[in-house]
Amino acid sequence: MNEMILKFPSKSENEVFARNAVAAFLLTMNPTLSELSDVKTAVSEAVTNCIVHGYRDAEGWVTVRCRTEKDVFRIEISDEGKGIENVEAALQPFFTTLPGEERSGMGFTIMQTFMNEFSVRSSPGMGTTVLMSKAIGEREERNAG
Amino acid sequence: MNLQWSKRGDDLYIYLSGELDEHSVGEVRDRTDRLIDGHAGLSRAVFNLAGLRFMDSTGIGFLIGRYKRLKKYGMAMALEAPDAGADKILSLSGLYSLMPKQ
Repeated sequence: MNEMILKFPSKSENEVFARNAVAAFLLTMNPTLSELSDVKTAVSEAVTNCIVHGYRDAEGWVTVRCRTEKDVFRIEISDEGKGIENVEAALQPFFTTLPGEERSGMGFTIMQTFMNEFSVRSSPGMGTTVLMSKAIGEREERNAG
Repeated sequence: MNLQWSKRGDDLYIYLSGELDEHSVGEVRDRTDRLIDGHAGLSRAVFNLAGLRFMDSTGIGFLIGRYKRLKKYGMAMALEAPDAGADKILSLSGLYSLMPKQ
């Protein structure tokens, strides 16, 4: 088992830092390129949500917690921002609360598609936490090779 | 983000490179729109994504926004050379039905 905790202010320039830091941590699990790309994208979506939605009106801290358990990579991305009014609606593809800003509304759909497990905990005024996991390493293929 | 372009016949080719996310999109959006406005008489814009090292759902919003702008000028839009990661996002969001991959 290995662990990593990352905490940074909700500035948009930290999006690239966060996804690349998580990718560097994930490299210890020897992921395929496609797994690495999937995780980076899911992290970018979750961190962007914290910055754009969670802390829309104020700056705050974003926390990323990563853990490896055998072949499973677990990640938790949380903010202490304004929370989500209606989680069920937010999970619908193409749903966005900011339609005037060219937001696609596909962030949660991408997280759900690119990771194996996904859940979100949020309530208004209490922040949002996204929990995701992904099995890493196509071991059978590697053993065969 | 970097942006280069060329005109080939009646097509405007736009080459995007770098990492497209919520932080970088503002500047590239302005530059792309100025480029489109300056070539409004052409029939099509082709976005070449070969140089994009990373793209998340911000890219979907960006591409749909440019599609709408091109449509106002009666111009079509196409995509080419996305890497595997971008291709997965573009397929998932159904974007190829608006802007085919060539």
